[in-house]
Amino acid sequence: MTRKLGTLALILPALLLAGCEFGKKTVSQIGPRGAGLQQVNDSSSAPKIAAVPEPPYPLTPDMLQGPRANVTYQNVKVLGDLSTEEFNYTMAAISTWIAPVDGPNAGCNYCHNPANMASDEIYTKVVARKMIEMTRNINSTWRPHFQLSQNGPNAGVTCWTCHRGNAVPKNVWSSNLPDPDKLAGNKHGQNTPAQTVAYASLPNDPFTALLQGKNSIRVQSPGTFPSSYTKSIGSTEQTYGLMMHMSQGLGVNCGYCHNTQNFANWSQSRPQRVSAWYGIRMVRDSNDNYISSLGSVWPANRRGPAGDPKKIYCTTCHQGVSKPMGGYPMLKDYPGLKGAYHSDTPAAAPPIAEAPPEAPPVATPVALLEPTKPAA
Amino acid sequence: MAYQNIFTQIQLRGEYEPGVPLDHDSDPRFGPFGYTYWMGKLGGTQIGPVYLGKLGLASLIFGTLAFCIIGLNFWAQVNWDPIQFVRQLFWLSLEPPPAKYGLKVLPPLQEGGWWLITGFFLTVSILLWWARTYVRARALGMGTHIAWAFASAIWLYLVLGFIRPLAMGSWSEAVPFGIFPHLDWTAAFSIRYGNLFYNPFHALSIAFLYGSALLFAMHGATILAVGRYGGEREIEQITDRGTASERAALFWRWTMGFNASMESIHRWAWWFSVLTTLTGSIGILLTGTVVDNWYLWAVEHHFALAYPATGVVDPATLPGAPQ
Repeated sequence: MTRKLGTLALILPALLLAGCEFGKKTVSQIGPRGAGLQQVNDSSSAPKIAAVPEPPYPLTPDMLQGPRANVTYQNVKVLGDLSTEEFNYTMAAISTWIAPVDGPNAGCNYCHNPANMASDEIYTKVVARKMIEMTRNINSTWRPHFQLSQNGPNAGVTCWTCHRGNAVPKNVWSSNLPDPDKLAGNKHGQNTPAQTVAYASLPNDPFTALLQGKNSIRVQSPGTFPSSYTKSIGSTEQTYGLMMHMSQGLGVNCGYCHNTQNFANWSQSRPQRVSAWYGIRMVRDSNDNYISSLGSVWPANRRGPAGDPKKIYCTTCHQGVSKPMGGYPMLKDYPGLKGAYHSDTPAAAPPIAEAPPEAPPVATPVALLEPTKPAA
Repeated sequence: MAYQNIFTQIQLRGEYEPGVPLDHDSDPRFGPFGYTYWMGKLGGTQIGPVYLGKLGLASLIFGTLAFCIIGLNFWAQVNWDPIQFVRQLFWLSLEPPPAKYGLKVLPPLQEGGWWLITGFFLTVSILLWWARTYVRARALGMGTHIAWAFASAIWLYLVLGFIRPLAMGSWSEAVPFGIFPHLDWTAAFSIRYGNLFYNPFHALSIAFLYGSALLFAMHGATILAVGRYGGEREIEQITDRGTASERAALFWRWTMGFNASMESIHRWAWWFSVLTTLTGSIGILLTGTVVDNWYLWAVEHHFALAYPATGVVDPATLPGAPQ
């Protein structure tokens, strides 16, 4: 009896440890000591960084010369400023990123009518055009998000950063169905072991409120004493939920951006928080002006249960690592995705702040920084 | 015969101990029910007699009501699925009304109405149980120390769930009934009000909490260590000091130059535990009502540690920043 009890006394605490992650951890200090500002990485559970596909064939400088794509082809509205050869090269790459031939949506025909490549009759072509516009907007307007990248002008995204060989990126969000207006099945959008907020009981769709539109994410009072400033515990939990998503999506602790002495204080935050701040606005811009704005173009199977299209959040690109694809400068091979070639073309870009001191200049169009580009 | 307590692990069997005779206006007692070996491993081996009485009965009824309303709300939230009820038990919650209802007395039941009703029943149950600890102590001719220590904990409960929400003008400031949700509430509360660790009353509460643990360990260890000399007969030794008490006192004078007395150690313990919840509740009561951001308050009062500035500027303050 005593032995059985002894065994039980050993097994029960062991079971309580079942949620722990065993394995070697690496801890790096990322802030002043004494505040727990450490980045803890568990190499065994770190997401595998998949190989980045090679370009379909080398893009040589002479291929950038010659007639523009909008002269050679009909109905080229976004990438018309590329040379015909660079356009073909970019299309070949995109087809392998979005609709690989060994996949269910084979090759060019996923978007194009093979009998008339210029036709917009297949909705995916309309979406793809908007997504290319979005990619160029991210890579040109939202440079401050990439301010800490070591890749310089080649920092940025391609279609692959999100899609990774899938027609729809694997990590996307859409709004939850509204809670029923009764007791049964009504969890007030929280209190569920939901992956979106790292299995906390926090509001598990913080995205509808905070990753589109212009709602304020900040919750802490800006003054010492009570004022007209009111933010409820509920909205604090919503922000908390978004932060859990960011932490999980980037594979980082709170201290990666914040000095947890005071989450709101910027002067003791790391520069990564500035990147994240621009990242949130970049995601909102992409969701509002590129994905949701496509409206009825999205068929039912590309929408969530509440009828809104599948949208992006941090995990869409980051996929569990602070530098997507381990920081591989993939964009260097696809200059056509960096932004419009002519500095006079970008129009409806949102106003952009001066970058903080450590950031590279924002206003210069990327195309002008790139020596391989033809003169405008 | 060795003394009957956990030190000897000897379990006495014999005539039941029925307790002292009661006044004629007292309710009947139930039991004693018998001896149990396993309870004897933890403490007294005799179970009962239990004095339920009117207060106890009423308290149990209200407490059961609150417990069942919480459970049924949880069950309804998973669409009455018993398996999901068990799987999600730690996540489920009975939430207070959202902020838009302010202090409305009965919002719709699924929008915090059940939370208010449950809070009322649970509070009634707890207050009745408090009265029971007071009345039973008096009936045994005891002091009412237990009741007042319990009252300190009840005060913290009332501040969190009733008094502070009243002062803030919104039930939504109160704590939800749920395992993980009340922990998330705690973290969100600290974040919203600028880091509760800079609240000096929170700090006092922690000091008394840790101090309680320390005193508990020191006292428990001391008595166990002199158990071989009959040191567990504390009350007798207050008036009639024996060798056990002498040795225990000498040990502490040797090691730290000072000893608590058999009497004072229990006052230390009582005050430390009572002050844990009392100071904590003051800290909660001041949060959002008197101080809205404890970190900024600590900076103003020069006790927040200033870490080296990183040179980062709030991008929202830059001209032309996107919002």
